Amino acid sequence: MTDSPKFSQSRRQFLAGAAVATGAAAAGKFAHAQAAGPDPAIMEMQPWQQYLGAGVDAAPYGVPSPHEAHVVRRNVEWLTADTVSSVNFTPLHELEGIITPNGLCFERHHSGVAEIDPGQHRLMINGLVDNPLVFTMEDLMRFPRENRTYFLECAANTGMEWRGSQLNGVQFTHGMIHNVVYTGVPLRLLLEEAGVRTSGSWILPEGADASGMTRSIPMEKALDDCMVATHMNGERLRPEQGYPLRLVVPGWEGNMWVKWLRRIEVGDAPWHHREETSKYTDLLADGQARRFTWEMDAKSVITNPSPQAPILHGPGPTVLTGVAWSGRGTIPRVDVTLDGGINWHRARMSGPSFDKSMHRFYFEFDWDGRPLLLQSRAHDSTGYVQPTKDQLREVRGLNSIYHNNGIQTWAINERGEAENVEVG
Amino acid sequence: MSKSVEMMKTLTLSTALVVTAAFAFAQENPAPSREGGFGLGRTALPEEVAAWDIDIRPDGQGLPVGSGDVYTGEELYIDYCSACHGDFGEAVGRWPVLAGGFGTLDDEDPHKTIGSYWPYLSTVWDYVHRAMPYGAAQSLEDDEVYAIVAYLMYLNNMVEDDFELSNENFLEMAMPNEDAFFMDDRATTELTVFAGEPCMENCAESIEITARATVLNVTPETAEDASAAPEAMPVAAEAEVVETAAAEPEAPAGPDPELVAAGEALWRQCASCHQIGEGATNRTGPMLNNTYGAPVGSHEGFRYSPAFAEANAAGMVWDDEALSAYLLDPRGFIPGNRMAFRGLRSEDEAAAMIAYIRAEGGDAQ
Repeated sequence: MTDSPKFSQSRRQFLAGAAVATGAAAAGKFAHAQAAGPDPAIMEMQPWQQYLGAGVDAAPYGVPSPHEAHVVRRNVEWLTADTVSSVNFTPLHELEGIITPNGLCFERHHSGVAEIDPGQHRLMINGLVDNPLVFTMEDLMRFPRENRTYFLECAANTGMEWRGSQLNGVQFTHGMIHNVVYTGVPLRLLLEEAGVRTSGSWILPEGADASGMTRSIPMEKALDDCMVATHMNGERLRPEQGYPLRLVVPGWEGNMWVKWLRRIEVGDAPWHHREETSKYTDLLADGQARRFTWEMDAKSVITNPSPQAPILHGPGPTVLTGVAWSGRGTIPRVDVTLDGGINWHRARMSGPSFDKSMHRFYFEFDWDGRPLLLQSRAHDSTGYVQPTKDQLREVRGLNSIYHNNGIQTWAINERGEAENVEVG
Repeated sequence: MSKSVEMMKTLTLSTALVVTAAFAFAQENPAPSREGGFGLGRTALPEEVAAWDIDIRPDGQGLPVGSGDVYTGEELYIDYCSACHGDFGEAVGRWPVLAGGFGTLDDEDPHKTIGSYWPYLSTVWDYVHRAMPYGAAQSLEDDEVYAIVAYLMYLNNMVEDDFELSNENFLEMAMPNEDAFFMDDRATTELTVFAGEPCMENCAESIEITARATVLNVTPETAEDASAAPEAMPVAAEAEVVETAAAEPEAPAGPDPELVAAGEALWRQCASCHQIGEGATNRTGPMLNNTYGAPVGSHEGFRYSPAFAEANAAGMVWDDEALSAYLLDPRGFIPGNRMAFRGLRSEDEAAAMIAYIRAEGGDAQ
C-alpha cells in the first residue's frame, strides 16, 4: 500500500450518506444479489449429511473445529532471547464477547512453565503476622470463595509501538491481555487467618517457578480486591496461567498477578525487587523513572477490521468491533472514528459491564469502498478519556516501554486491507 | 524515611480513586470473614519459613552472613553467567546487558544496566540468588552470590578489583541511579489532563498518515495460516492412533523405549541450555547431536571452557563411562567446566539420559 489518502472534512458527507443508506436498507429497498446458478453447497451432498460422525468421547476434552486451527496464540521471535523467558499474544481479532478462552490467554513466563503437582504445592504466609501459616490446596478449597471477571494486561502491552507503528496485527500490538472469570479465595480472608500485625503495610507474593517471581503490593490493595485463584472460566487454572494457584490483582499490571503462588510475606516496606526496579518502571525523557505504576489506564482497540482481519466482503454493511478496559473501573462509553479523528461516533456497548473487566463495543456502518482511518477512544467510569499516542509522548517521551494506552489507528485501503499506522 | 512517607501519601491518593470507581459496583455477597478465623491451615515451622523466606530488602533485611571478592566472582561469572551475559556484562544476543550504559538514560537509546539504572544493590543480590544461574536457580552458595555481585559492581566501575563484598559493608554501597526513581504521579500529571468531554465533530482540518508498520516489515507471517491449518489437525489425530498401535506388539532392537521415555522426562533439566535432534543448535550449552562416542568438547562453534579444551586435548571421549560420571557429578568429573547443573541423582537416571540422547541423534556420525 503506497497511497496516502488525505482525510478532510468533506468526508463527513460520506458518513451522512451512510446513515441514509442504512435507513434505506431497513425499509427493505436494497435488492439482494442474484445467484449465477445453483450453489454446489446446496446442490451437492456434503459428507457430513450422509456419513456418521464421531461418537461421544471422541474428544474427551473437546477441541475447536479443525477449521479454526489458525486461532492460536503467537510469538514474535525477535522480541526475546528464548521462549522460556518470553511472551506470546492472544488472537484478539478472532475473538468475540468479553471472555478469553483458556487456551488462548497470552503467556508470559520468566523461566518457563512450572509444572506443579498440586499435592506437593503449599501456600505459606509469613512475616509480620501473628501466626505464620501453611495451606495445602485442600485447605484453600475450604475457605469461602468468589467469582469475579477481570482483565489481565501486561504492562508492556503495546510497548513496541512507542516510537511508531511497528507490528502489523492487533494480536501483536494489543494481545498481551486476556479476560477471565476467576474463582478464588479473597486474599483478605487468608491474611485475616494469619493475623496481619499493625506494622504490616506491604505484601510480597512469590511464585514457585524457577524465576521465583516477586512483587511488592501495598496492604490496602491486598485487603481490597485481591484474590488467590484456583479456577479460570470454570476449570482449574492452566499450567501456563499458574496452576494450581495464582494471585489476582484486579486492574493492576499483569506482572503482579504472581503465578504458581507459593508464599506471601507481610512486611513494613516495599522490597524493590527486580521486576519493580530494573523492569516495570517507566523511564521518562529526562532520565528519571516512575516506579509503582500499578494501575492499567483505560484503553481500547478495534479488533475487526484490523491487519489480520481485513474487510473481505467489499462495500456495504460492515461490522466494526473492538474491546475496551480500565484498571480503574468500567467502560461506559467508547467513541469510534472512520476518518482518523475528524468526526467521532458513539459505539454501541454490548455484553456485561464488570468492574476492571473487558468490555465489547460495536459500530455498524455501510462502507463505500473508500479508504478509512479507524480509531477507538475509551472513556472509563472515572471520567478518564483514552489519550492519543502523541498526548502520551508529550508526558512520557519515547523510552518508557510500559503502559502505552494511546489510541490505535488502522488504515483501510480500497481493497479492505488494514495496516497499523499513525496519523497527524 | 521521608521518601516512604511521601510514597504512602501518593498511595492514599490513588487508593481513593480506586474506591470511588468501585463504589458503583458494590460487589454482591462478598465471601464472609469469620471472627477468630477458620482454623484452616497449620502453623509454619521456623525451619520451613527459613527454607522459603529468601528475599532481601534495600535496608538489608534478609541478607545472610557471608562475603565474596571480585576475583572469585569473575571465575564464577565466567562459568555460570557469561554464556548469556557476555564476559563483561555486554550480553550475548538479546539476553540482558548487565554493565555500562552510564549517562544514556535520557538518550534516544537508553541502556538500562545494573550500573546505569538499578536503584538498589540488594535487588542484584536477591535476583542472582533467587533466579540465577538460568536453569539452575538457587544453586549458588551465599558466598558465591556475594562474589558474583562484587564482580558485577566491578564491571560497572563501582569498585576496584581488590574489593570484597560482605554483609558487613553491604549497606554502605549506594547505587548511582537510586535517586532517579519517583512514585507514580499519573494522578496529577495525566488523570486530570486526559479527561473531560472530547471533541466529536470537525475536530481537525485534515488528517494524514505519518507512520506505517509495513515499512518496517517485522511482523510474523500470518496470511497463509487460514488455508494451511485445517488439514493439520486430522493428520495429527491419525498420527496419534498409529503410534499407539505400534507401541503395543514388538519392542524393536534399538534403545529400550522405557529407558528413553525416562530420559525424556529428565531432559527438562537440560533443555534450558541444550538442544538435540533435527535443527538443534548451540545455545547456552552446546547442541548434543553427534556427541556419544565423540571427543569431549568437539562441537564446532561452541566456546568451551579451558577445562573442556584440556579434556579434549587429553583425548577424553564421551563413552558410557565418561558420560555417566559427568552427568552424575559435572563439577567433580571435569572441574572448572561451565555447566551450571548439579548433576543427576542416580546411575539409573544417567543411563536413562544417555539412552534418550542416543535415541534423539546423539550418536557420533
